[in-house]
Amino acid sequence: MDIKQEIEKANEEAARRMTIGEPVLVDIAPASEVIPGMEDRMITHAGPPIRWQDMCGAMQGALIGQVLYEGWARTPDEARVMLERGAIRLEPNHHHQAVGPMAGTISPSAPVWVVENKAFGPLTGISDNRAFCRQVEGNQQFGDYSEQALQGLRLWRDLWAPTLRKALRHIGGLNLKPIITQALQMGDELHNRHSASSSLFANAMAVAMVEADIPKAEMLPTLKYVTNHNLIFLGLAMACAKAIADPAMGIEYSTVVTAMCRNGTEFGIRVSGLGEEWFTAPAPVVDGLYLPGYSAADAGLDMGDSAITETVGWGAFTIGGAPGILSLVGGTPEEALAYSREMKKITVAAHPTYRMPALGFAGVPIGIDVRKVMQTGIAPIIDTAIAHREPGHPIIGAGLVRAPLECFKKALIAFGRKYNVG
Amino acid sequence: MASGFLIRKNQYYDSVFLMGVNRRISEVKGVQQSAVLMGSQANKELLAAIGIRDAQIDAAQPNDLVVAIVAETPQIVEDVLGRLDEWLQPAVEGAPVSARRSLEDGLASKPNANLAVISVPGEYAAREARKALEAGLNVFLFSSNVPIEEELRLKELAARRGLIVMGPDCGTGLIGGVGLGFANAVRRGPIGVIGAAGTGLQEFTCQVHNAGYGISHAIGTGSRDLSDQIGGITALTALDALENDPQTRVIAIISKPPGTRTLERLIERFKGCRKPIIGCFLGVRGNLTDSATAFRPAPHIGGQASTIDEAVQLAIAAVGGEPAALPTLPSAEEQEWVVREKAGWAPGQRYLRGLFAGGTFCYQTQQILQDAGIPAHSNAPLVQARALAHPDQSREHTVVDMGDEYYTTGRPHPMIDGTLRRQRIVAESRDPQVAVLLLDFILGYGASMDPVGELYNAIVEAQQTARRRGGALTVVASICGTDGDPQDLALQTRLLKEAGAIVFPSSARAALFCCRLLRGD
Amino acid sequence: MLTPFVELLDSPIVAINLGLKMFAESLESQGVEVCQVDWVPPAGGDEELADLLDKLM
Repeated sequence: MDIKQEIEKANEEAARRMTIGEPVLVDIAPASEVIPGMEDRMITHAGPPIRWQDMCGAMQGALIGQVLYEGWARTPDEARVMLERGAIRLEPNHHHQAVGPMAGTISPSAPVWVVENKAFGPLTGISDNRAFCRQVEGNQQFGDYSEQALQGLRLWRDLWAPTLRKALRHIGGLNLKPIITQALQMGDELHNRHSASSSLFANAMAVAMVEADIPKAEMLPTLKYVTNHNLIFLGLAMACAKAIADPAMGIEYSTVVTAMCRNGTEFGIRVSGLGEEWFTAPAPVVDGLYLPGYSAADAGLDMGDSAITETVGWGAFTIGGAPGILSLVGGTPEEALAYSREMKKITVAAHPTYRMPALGFAGVPIGIDVRKVMQTGIAPIIDTAIAHREPGHPIIGAGLVRAPLECFKKALIAFGRKYNVG
Repeated sequence: MASGFLIRKNQYYDSVFLMGVNRRISEVKGVQQSAVLMGSQANKELLAAIGIRDAQIDAAQPNDLVVAIVAETPQIVEDVLGRLDEWLQPAVEGAPVSARRSLEDGLASKPNANLAVISVPGEYAAREARKALEAGLNVFLFSSNVPIEEELRLKELAARRGLIVMGPDCGTGLIGGVGLGFANAVRRGPIGVIGAAGTGLQEFTCQVHNAGYGISHAIGTGSRDLSDQIGGITALTALDALENDPQTRVIAIISKPPGTRTLERLIERFKGCRKPIIGCFLGVRGNLTDSATAFRPAPHIGGQASTIDEAVQLAIAAVGGEPAALPTLPSAEEQEWVVREKAGWAPGQRYLRGLFAGGTFCYQTQQILQDAGIPAHSNAPLVQARALAHPDQSREHTVVDMGDEYYTTGRPHPMIDGTLRRQRIVAESRDPQVAVLLLDFILGYGASMDPVGELYNAIVEAQQTARRRGGALTVVASICGTDGDPQDLALQTRLLKEAGAIVFPSSARAALFCCRLLRGD
Repeated sequence: MLTPFVELLDSPIVAINLGLKMFAESLESQGVEVCQVDWVPPAGGDEELADLLDKLM
């Protein structure tokens, strides 16, 4: 077999693994209980590896918030000093089977969604079948470390997450694939629009909470939280995407992208046939719309692990099926459909179950091929929220961004070197 | 004077689109120079040539948009650059986003394709052509600046697969009546033609049509095919095909003189050909005598022509037609025109300036002038001794090929856009020694929709300038086109006459008329 | 011999046009089946990378 055939075969396998994923929510548990390698005085963050001094304002703000939340410091200044000194171990989420939106910070006591990909497990010999994602909110993950911002994290830890956990245990886990399939047909793209999926999830959990005999004092505030949070499913979608993408890692000769993520300073990708190596480039500027009081001049660069949703064909890849957020991304329906069609050119497969009604029920494009990206010059498109460039602010806007071609170029060169081509 | 530039990273536009943008910008009052280009090496050199240099420009990549302005005031520079997004608005609002970006995309949507028409920048053209050949497609390669080693590899690959590469630098073709590139609406008929020169092929096919006959196929080879480095691979492929094509009864070949070894190879091939062949090797007429002799022993060879007009007549004769003989003596009417025009000239008016859109016309005109004892200078000279020191500076008799790289790098060809020729006409009219202005106009698919209209005002202005000096400027023009062309041949001819030009239906006849004007016979 | 080129002379043209759109438009106006490709340089115009790509796909 020549190399081209080897690659085609490997990419087929990568696509097969990505399309057969069966994500199930199995637990909502403190990170220290479930995340492999999570230690005391350690925080994991979004994007490829990065040192404290190279982090953007929002990422630093989120870390300060996370330190305060854990009670490792009493004031923001104290927290900053600890972080500067290196007293807190910082590692990428992706090195721990985890993902997190925006700054994506996860610390030991923070409860995370635990999603298991049931298509894989001990039987298939692929053990990377669990993935974790933190809570999604609009403040601390954007770099806001105010008392009010941290209150949301504490309620999640002390009330909402434990309540949901009890209910979930009662029903023995929640199959997420049907929710995802339906939501995609109800106008969600599973990155910035989660109205349908969050609602479907709330329905499922409401019944579970009643069945589990949760006391009203716990159930009511949790139900309010779940039903009023129209992005709650983003954390689940991200964990699902991670659990779906991970089994496609490490297939020799495959040029399929298995992760895209950003830390606010750099954008990084991983490629199946190149294992766990990161290929990075400066994080791009997001072309966005801003909340009142903010403008492009305030914006930080692209940030977050949430591009894992695009990695498995959701988000901007399926934005043609989510007309509801066109205003958010500032486009016309024709443009949105064109994006989805364009992404077909750089992917290796269409998903058999996840389909877009607006595109004649075409399957979502899945499995970004580094070669096709470089051949066509079409960079993967991502729809994303925008954080402030300085620490201490909540969400300021949202928009569209293209992954930097530089990452794909570096990956392709490394691929050529590893497989002795060129 | 002020200048400025800006660079947009990773913002790729098609060069023709950018030319349109550049044209709109250049029309802004106070803008002296403008360049809207992708940051390729060649374009960066172009920017340096107009005096715009910067480390940022050096660092620009072929996918980066570079916009540079030289204007009367810094305010204008700032204004124009600040409004770049407006300039970049496509003419049609809401044009659909194209779905196809690569040859593979094209093949996916047309798996039964049998021809690739390629006009991407030269440095990328060979790669695309190779992919097309590997996919089993014949190739029409309009792009120029393809290295000759690449050309050879492509043509060898094509030959192995029974395919053809028409080009690189192939301007025109007619395959089964369909015009490729710049081509005219020509009826089908028994005459096949192979040509290394784009406008030469257009002239040949138009004249055949205008004489009432038709073309089976016109196959462009690219300008270097008959050089010894390539050895005529495309021409020979075309010859094989036309010999076996039931509709073709005679085959004409139009080219500058081939390489010595290639000519021998061609003549060997001609001898074995079952159909008559007309050879028309433009340029250095005298040196071909030996080759012409070599033609003679084979009685089935139609003959050798020294101009395209002659080649047309021989071809028509070969299929049993009766062509009008090329006038060797001036008609009474032409004689009157000569007398009338010369009467208006002021003392000191004595030179010809020819400004050509068609490279073959420029070349053939020099040959006709030389035969008449009138040596002309050129940027594309017959002999190096008569090369212009600078393409923009005419001296004595001068004919300029305005389709030359110097004029077309980063700019539209004069067949598409008359801007540069317009400026040059006006510039030439300011020289009091100029008596005759010779122009060509090329109609057909791909060409400007109103080539005469674009130059009309300049022609009128040039004549006024000469009159104000007490002289007269004689404007001689030829039109290459047919009654089926989208531009309306009759209208274009009428417009030219209204502008005061003496119009001929062939470039050779226009050149011969100029000889009479200049020699006084 | 019936080569693909000889076949081209005797059959309807089905063209893929890479680059200048006016050529596709002129073919269309002549009733020819044509597919316009709005071509962009492969590998962002990087030749070495384009060579590598050719070996990989």
